[in-house]
Amino acid sequence: MIPLLRDIQAEVGYLSPEIMETVAEHLGTTVGQVHGVATFYTLFSTKPQGRYVIRLCDSPPCHLEGSAAIRKAVENELGISEGETTEDGLFTLETVSCLGVCGVSPAMMVNDDVYGNLTPESIPEIINRYREGD
Amino acid sequence: MAFYRAHILVDTGPPAMLKGAMAVKAALIEEIKRRGLDNEIKVVETGDLGVRGGGPALVIYPEGITYAGVTTADVPEIVEEHLVKGRQVKRLVYSETTPGVVETTERPRSKEMRIILKNVGVIDPTSIEEYIAAGGYEAVGKTLTKMTPEQVIAEIKASQLKGRGGAAFPTGLKWEFTAKAQGREKAVVCNADEGEPGNFKDRLILEGDPHQIIEGMIIAGYAVGAHEGFVYIRGEYHQAAAIMERAIGLAREMGLLGKNILESGFNFDIQVLRGAGAYICGEETALLESIEGKRGQSRMKPPFPPTYGLMGSPTVVNNVETFCNVPHIILNGADWFTAIGTGQSKGTKILTPCGDVLLPGAYEVPFGVTLREVLYNMAGGTKSGKDIKAVMMGGPSGIVVDSGSLDRRLCAEDLQPGAGALIVVDVDKCMVDTMVNVAKFFYHESCGQCVPCREGTKRMLETLSWWASGAGSESDIKMLEQLANTMSLSSKCGLGQFAGVAFKSSLPLFADEYRAHVVDKVCPTGVCPMDRVLEEVN
Amino acid sequence: MAQVRIKIDGQDVVCEAGSTILQAAQSAGIYIPTLCYHADLMPEGVCRVCSVEVKGQRTLCAACCFPVTDGMEVLTHTPKVRESRRMIVELMLANHPQECLTCSKNQKCELQKFAKELGISDIRFKGERRAYDIDASSPIIRDPDKCILCGRCVRTCDDLQGIGTLHPAYRGWKTLVVPGLGGDMSDVVCVNCGQCINRCPTGALKAKDPAPEIWDAIYDPTKHVVVQTAPAVRASIGEEFGLPPGTRVTKKMVTALKMLGFDRVMDTDFTADLTIMEEGSELIQRIKEGGVLPQITSCSPGWIKFIEYYYPELLPHVSTCKSPQQMFGALAKTYYAQKMKIDPKDIVSVSIMPCTAKKFECERPEMYSSGYKDVDYVLTTREAAGMMKEAGIDLPNLRESEYDDPLGMSTGAAVIFGNTGGVMEAALRTAYALITGHELEKVEIEAVRGMEGVREATIQVGDLPVKAAVAHGLANARQVLEGIKSGRFADYHFIEIMCCPGGCIGGGGQPQPTNEEIRKARTRAIYDEDEAMTIRRSHENPAVQKLYEEFLGHPLSHKSHELLHTHYTPRERRSIRHRAAERADAGSEPKTTKADHSKKVRVD
Repeated sequence: MIPLLRDIQAEVGYLSPEIMETVAEHLGTTVGQVHGVATFYTLFSTKPQGRYVIRLCDSPPCHLEGSAAIRKAVENELGISEGETTEDGLFTLETVSCLGVCGVSPAMMVNDDVYGNLTPESIPEIINRYREGD
Repeated sequence: MAFYRAHILVDTGPPAMLKGAMAVKAALIEEIKRRGLDNEIKVVETGDLGVRGGGPALVIYPEGITYAGVTTADVPEIVEEHLVKGRQVKRLVYSETTPGVVETTERPRSKEMRIILKNVGVIDPTSIEEYIAAGGYEAVGKTLTKMTPEQVIAEIKASQLKGRGGAAFPTGLKWEFTAKAQGREKAVVCNADEGEPGNFKDRLILEGDPHQIIEGMIIAGYAVGAHEGFVYIRGEYHQAAAIMERAIGLAREMGLLGKNILESGFNFDIQVLRGAGAYICGEETALLESIEGKRGQSRMKPPFPPTYGLMGSPTVVNNVETFCNVPHIILNGADWFTAIGTGQSKGTKILTPCGDVLLPGAYEVPFGVTLREVLYNMAGGTKSGKDIKAVMMGGPSGIVVDSGSLDRRLCAEDLQPGAGALIVVDVDKCMVDTMVNVAKFFYHESCGQCVPCREGTKRMLETLSWWASGAGSESDIKMLEQLANTMSLSSKCGLGQFAGVAFKSSLPLFADEYRAHVVDKVCPTGVCPMDRVLEEVN
Repeated sequence: MAQVRIKIDGQDVVCEAGSTILQAAQSAGIYIPTLCYHADLMPEGVCRVCSVEVKGQRTLCAACCFPVTDGMEVLTHTPKVRESRRMIVELMLANHPQECLTCSKNQKCELQKFAKELGISDIRFKGERRAYDIDASSPIIRDPDKCILCGRCVRTCDDLQGIGTLHPAYRGWKTLVVPGLGGDMSDVVCVNCGQCINRCPTGALKAKDPAPEIWDAIYDPTKHVVVQTAPAVRASIGEEFGLPPGTRVTKKMVTALKMLGFDRVMDTDFTADLTIMEEGSELIQRIKEGGVLPQITSCSPGWIKFIEYYYPELLPHVSTCKSPQQMFGALAKTYYAQKMKIDPKDIVSVSIMPCTAKKFECERPEMYSSGYKDVDYVLTTREAAGMMKEAGIDLPNLRESEYDDPLGMSTGAAVIFGNTGGVMEAALRTAYALITGHELEKVEIEAVRGMEGVREATIQVGDLPVKAAVAHGLANARQVLEGIKSGRFADYHFIEIMCCPGGCIGGGGQPQPTNEEIRKARTRAIYDEDEAMTIRRSHENPAVQKLYEEFLGHPLSHKSHELLHTHYTPRERRSIRHRAAERADAGSEPKTTKADHSKKVRVD
């Protein structure tokens, strides 16, 4: 089920009720099983998200190296708080657990792209890359 | 293969890619060609070198000099000075400088013993030929043509290899249980979920030397009678998964995976599976649940995976690094392995000092080196130059030690390094703030099944957050200690069992700092807001 | 089976290999407290209350899951164990509403029991508590604040009933047991069988109790309130008053109901006999005229809703007969009303059932054959006992009374409806007579009795070998239906399916706790009740015969069809899309409003 949900999440951007019901029928299981899995894993969302999902790492190595300041910088730049999506539908901001790039903390991911050695000053430039790419 | 007098390995790990690593590589190739040196100097892509600094990095062999912060503009100078004239370009040589503090010109590797990491940053991970040229797949050849499964298990047992993912269970024993267990369709699963904060060694191996893992898994499959292998790679490791998929494809093409490997009659194939963002899926039974398409909730143990694993079949679940040790043991013998390390901890361990250190990265050392050697001699001490306050051994699920433990040896007899992360906290940081962050991690990652962990991680976070806001009370200390005890005794799986360990172990070491928070309502380092305001945690 | 010797608290215990520590302890009469464990379900080991010390183990072990090995030494009440247990319960209480006094499970709650047993006098964790909305959209009311995530309801719905509507969602502290896509019970597949309620240790799940409305009706002088009692109730309601399971209290129950103030106390058993007449005749008709076979019984509304959801294509197999409850309801406001010269609009028809699905059944749009709502309110066994206690009635010590006429007389065949296999046995007793013209020599048909999930038997009825099957519990029902589709049961004539394990005596409205022993005791009582009756066959019920003479004419008559037969509705399993979509957009994340804090609050 998880490979299927990953593919759908990547294509559609989220797992809607209709999608979950269709997956359940397709796999011959209950909608509850699908919903239970969809709501368990961090990389799945049952609500629409922005085109770019920013995942800020807040685990100990990044926290020690200043992830709080990075978070403030991102929040300022985008005008949203954690869990929210910008009005133009471009960015969703999430705080996540360790991304596994602790050699370059503090770090974050924007969709599949990894950014390390972040400073608050480097945030606007990174965000703009995606704004422009739009 | 042509004989090259020099190799340039360009770091194309995720952090470097976004800083233009490919452009640098292209510029190097062009410049080398322009000077007619392309028969002498080879440029290859390699995985994340773990180098801290701005911009792309590269390593030039045979000297082994690392340059960091390389731009395309630097390329002609590097080629001219280093490759033609043999002179280092000092300003680009990898060093981490903080104004006014320590300047090192070379990355110290004195006690390092790169066996598992031998190829990482050296060979092109997308080339199976380079792996073979470096001695790869010889162990598979030896295993399938000259050894019986029982002999393989005996060798691994004799090597005293223990798991490298943190639990340190004897690998030979695990394989033996699985081999003897009743059940068809046995499986070999590589745990590449690597969610423990501070750890990134498995990613480096996946990105830099994937075939080593494949080799270890083939040998494991042969030993236990499994024909299916799975590499469960966490959802966030996109590049690692892509490289591993490619490696598997190349191995298949060469007949090293699939049916009748090396005409031995042994069939074995590997599939890459992806996680979807859950630290708990690093726990072996939760991982199996996830592969089965369910919520990552750990199972009751016993039964253990060697008896009842994937879809109920006997399954070997081992960490990436554990599998990587196997080919070396097979080739060099158990005696060679047991000569490295200590009485109870044989072989090498990849450590990843991070946090407040100057040179975070992956360092492979024989068991038994001291904490000081790793943190100071290799990782350059703290970034700020100030003293070390605390070190989390293995990650937030390990014990906390203070600077009094710096001369202890990293091995089972003395101070265990867990999965390998050494998260360094310097004296400017606050232990309460650090513990709040640790508690937040476990609160987010608890699967929610069992009471001690689900409710316990919440109450730990809540209470510690009150401490940081100046609203704690003295009785909290005993309460949290008892809570941590219950969690470690009663939780259904390792997550809950170890969630309170960091705090509990830190209590005797930092009692004064904690008391300052809850009794005097003061944060000695000034980090905690102590403003009696609670931040909402989602 | 190999034996294993272990020591529990220093005591030698011999048990079977493959047992868990808990099973070994229970067999030796040693007490280990449990909470998420339930004898009917596979153990999950999530509450950790049953943690015990096992020599040589690094951590405590959950007794309900940990397998015994020879020579194992277990300690069940050491200080380490007790401290852990206390902390675990304290943690649960810290996240639980503190409203025992007004909770429906007051004095019957398993969490409350542990709070007392472990002597908890302080809950030190004074932080956030769950704050979810109550879901009262269906006969099964969910109060998520009281849920302790033991998972019993999940395992029941999933494994026992094979439906899987209730499941855990989200993660960590936000884990919640929800139906379907996280919405309301009314928006998902739920057959209202109430088996989940039966196993819930706290007040998180309960049925909608109509007692207040019934009290009003009873005390309304303009209303004539009649009550009917299901077969299973008479062998179970005593448990609510401390009597051992399997105590028959039929006539005392009648007295109690009269004391409550019901105007007429009559018996569902009467219409059970009537059901046999109608359904037996229907079966014979199908056999003779080549109708759809096998015919499947239709008195279990949870089962009916199940087939409507999952196998609507097989609906033609189901008998068109209503359940005895609904037949009674239809007659109460027609036949009875006419006989007693009461205006049916003044009749309030109440039933006492071991069942929660009956609450859904009486609301079905087809159940207005009398021109009014045929059955107004359904009380479960528990709720009826609740009313009696409220009225100060001490059931065990009452004198006995008889049911009222004209819908109060019944036979032994009727009372066995309460057991799995009972409807089948009753039907065969009558079908035999109707087909052969003779009576069965031995009135008890052992072949269809018992607790196995699916049972089969061939009964020689004259020249016809009647092939019959019986199933109870929806997971088994599913097996049978698959068997019909695959052809395995193609040449069978008659199949009885009951939604609940054990049949009605294991119903969702029955006293708690439930387990196989208790259900067996109730089953035995029902068969004893049958044996003690003078008339054992439905077709010999004089009151039923009179009903036909005076009112219905004959089985399957036009009037019978009008009042006593029904039709079914295929149901959509998908949730009502736009409502679900709306809810998803609004944020299907669980809301926890903090008791004391909003986003950033001063802590003082």
